[in-house]
Amino acid sequence: MTATTAAGPTVKTAPKPKLKTSAMIASFADPGQKTTPAPFGHALVKAAQENEKIVGLTADLGKYTDMHIFAKAFPERFFQMGMAEQLLFGAAAGMAQTGVVPFASTYSVFAARRAYDFLCLDAAEPNLNVNIVGGLPGLTTGYGPSHQATEDMAIFRGMPNLTIVDPCDSVDIEQAVPQLAASEGPTYLRLLRGNVPTVLDEYDYTFELGKAKVLRGGNDVVFVSSGLMTMRALQAAKELAAHNVDVAVVHTPTIKPFDAETVLGEINTDRLVVTLENHTVVGGLFETVAAAAARAGVAKRILPVALPDEFLHAGALPTLHERYGLSVDRIVAAVLGAL
Amino acid sequence: MTITETVRAPETASLQERVARVEAAAYRMRHHVLNMGEAQGQGYVGQALDAADVLAAVYADQLRYRAEDPEWEGRDRFLLSTGHYAIGHYAALAEAGIVPVDELETYGSDDSRLPMSGMSTYTPGMEISGGSLGHGLTIAVGTALGLRLQGSGARVFNFLSDGELDEGSTWEAAMGAHHHQLGNLTAIVDINALQADGKTDTVLRTEPVLDKWAACGWFVQRVDGNDVGALLAAFDSAAAKAEAEGKPSVILCDTKVGRGVPLLEDREKAHFMRIDEHEWQICREQLTAGYEARTASEGESK
Ligand SMILES: Cc1ncc(C[n+]2csc(CCOP(=O)(O)OP(=O)(O)O)c2C)c(N)n1
Ligand SMILES: [Mg+2]
Repeated sequence: MTATTAAGPTVKTAPKPKLKTSAMIASFADPGQKTTPAPFGHALVKAAQENEKIVGLTADLGKYTDMHIFAKAFPERFFQMGMAEQLLFGAAAGMAQTGVVPFASTYSVFAARRAYDFLCLDAAEPNLNVNIVGGLPGLTTGYGPSHQATEDMAIFRGMPNLTIVDPCDSVDIEQAVPQLAASEGPTYLRLLRGNVPTVLDEYDYTFELGKAKVLRGGNDVVFVSSGLMTMRALQAAKELAAHNVDVAVVHTPTIKPFDAETVLGEINTDRLVVTLENHTVVGGLFETVAAAAARAGVAKRILPVALPDEFLHAGALPTLHERYGLSVDRIVAAVLGAL
Repeated sequence: MTITETVRAPETASLQERVARVEAAAYRMRHHVLNMGEAQGQGYVGQALDAADVLAAVYADQLRYRAEDPEWEGRDRFLLSTGHYAIGHYAALAEAGIVPVDELETYGSDDSRLPMSGMSTYTPGMEISGGSLGHGLTIAVGTALGLRLQGSGARVFNFLSDGELDEGSTWEAAMGAHHHQLGNLTAIVDINALQADGKTDTVLRTEPVLDKWAACGWFVQRVDGNDVGALLAAFDSAAAKAEAEGKPSVILCDTKVGRGVPLLEDREKAHFMRIDEHEWQICREQLTAGYEARTASEGESK
């Protein structure tokens, strides 16, 4: 690459490394961050050792949803349904009718968009214990709108009976899986796969289905976050401390049913309230919190950190998180701008 | 623009000339694929190599289009349903003069017009946004209906993968095309016997594929998708049959992952084929050596 300097002559500069599309299987973990391999797959195996009713299904995405770990451990309890998502959900409902407990995996986009009716009428209406596991939730792939499930929670929140879990890390996933299996009715887990960051072990925290948890206190700002954005919220809180901004973080891994009581208790103060979600600003955590506040008569301004109501670009994941405001830098800037 | 600017094999060319033209195009496209794969460090290279002959047959022999005007109304439509095969399609679009060869190295990079998964909003000549597999044939049915309704003689080609035969929507479209007697529609299925979790017959047994399409009322041919002569013959009879009977046609193409590069042909089949940094040059050399040996022996046998 050449550049013209003020002095006139053309000098050689090192080529700028090209930012490349994160592979489908890319991790959003920071370099050097502590991670745990395939927490969902291993947690499902563990749960299945204790509960012989648990079975696993996938729609040609076993390797990409960590279901392959279960398939290897329990080949006779694993069912490959082919790339046929309607069959996946219909069959999972049928199996649940007979008393077994299916975990059925695909990508979040296909779970939410492709086979909604099969989950809604075949599993949710009869309130069957069908557990849907969706890989690549929100913006966790650079493949563009065909693979970015930016509105999965918005779609699923409207489905009666469905429990929705948006885990932050490997700790959440490991603890959620047995609780999802034990809970009645259908569930949807926003899966984080591969080498998943391990974050919440450093906090006095346990995952409880249906419960929000205060991870840290703070006097100036309160973050209400779910999914991988809780990891970013904790990082942003640390950086904001350097700006003398004291930030509390409330983690709400269960999006539905929502723990309004805990969250309202935290936001009904003088602090700036910020919601953070790996999801479009439409129909996700921001609107869940806002609706809970309005319903309770809590008049608060709430600043959303969320994806815009747009079809997002293809590209490298770090580029896109920066572009759409999910990076730690962008969160810090948004908070400083709002204070 | 005059009709001479539409690119298609001249009707007067002999089959032998057409085969040579398509093989040469496929060879250049395979090089484009390797270069894109190297620039991105990854990609669906094995698939793009297996499909290069089919895509070359389409672009260098069958499709009517204007390179300078990719949205020319009278063009034949080529719909890539299998979004991740975009790398192969970009190679064809470069060969066709619709995308500059220099641009290929941006494949998969930020703000490139050539994203990893093909999208119509990004790339000239890309008719649909595929990638959510099993959509292409349904759109193709509508495209074929719309063109016919408006008196267009343009043809519609839909490329789909064997994995897409798992989706019910593909078969809904297959029945719809027959019901509406879409003689202007040709489906091309890349049967590389592979999908994401492994070999197709271990993921979902779709065979007997030929009988299924036939039962849906299609004119079916199954060929070696890496044999250009067989492909061109199949396209010719598909066109003749379509005209005669008003039946949609499907060409089932058995292809070999990594075709043209022995190093990759012999590697364990995988949806994401691992190719190490030092191997790209070896791949290019093997591709060139194979092509040169073949064209030399073909020259001698003439
Ligand atoms: C509707 C849908 N379900 C699942 C996927 C994820 N996926 C991407 S490629 C693929 C394999 C499909 O088979 P095929 O296209 O034949 O794979 P290849 O030959 O490229 O290995 C799957 C399941 C998808 N893109 N779309
Ligand atoms: Mg295939």
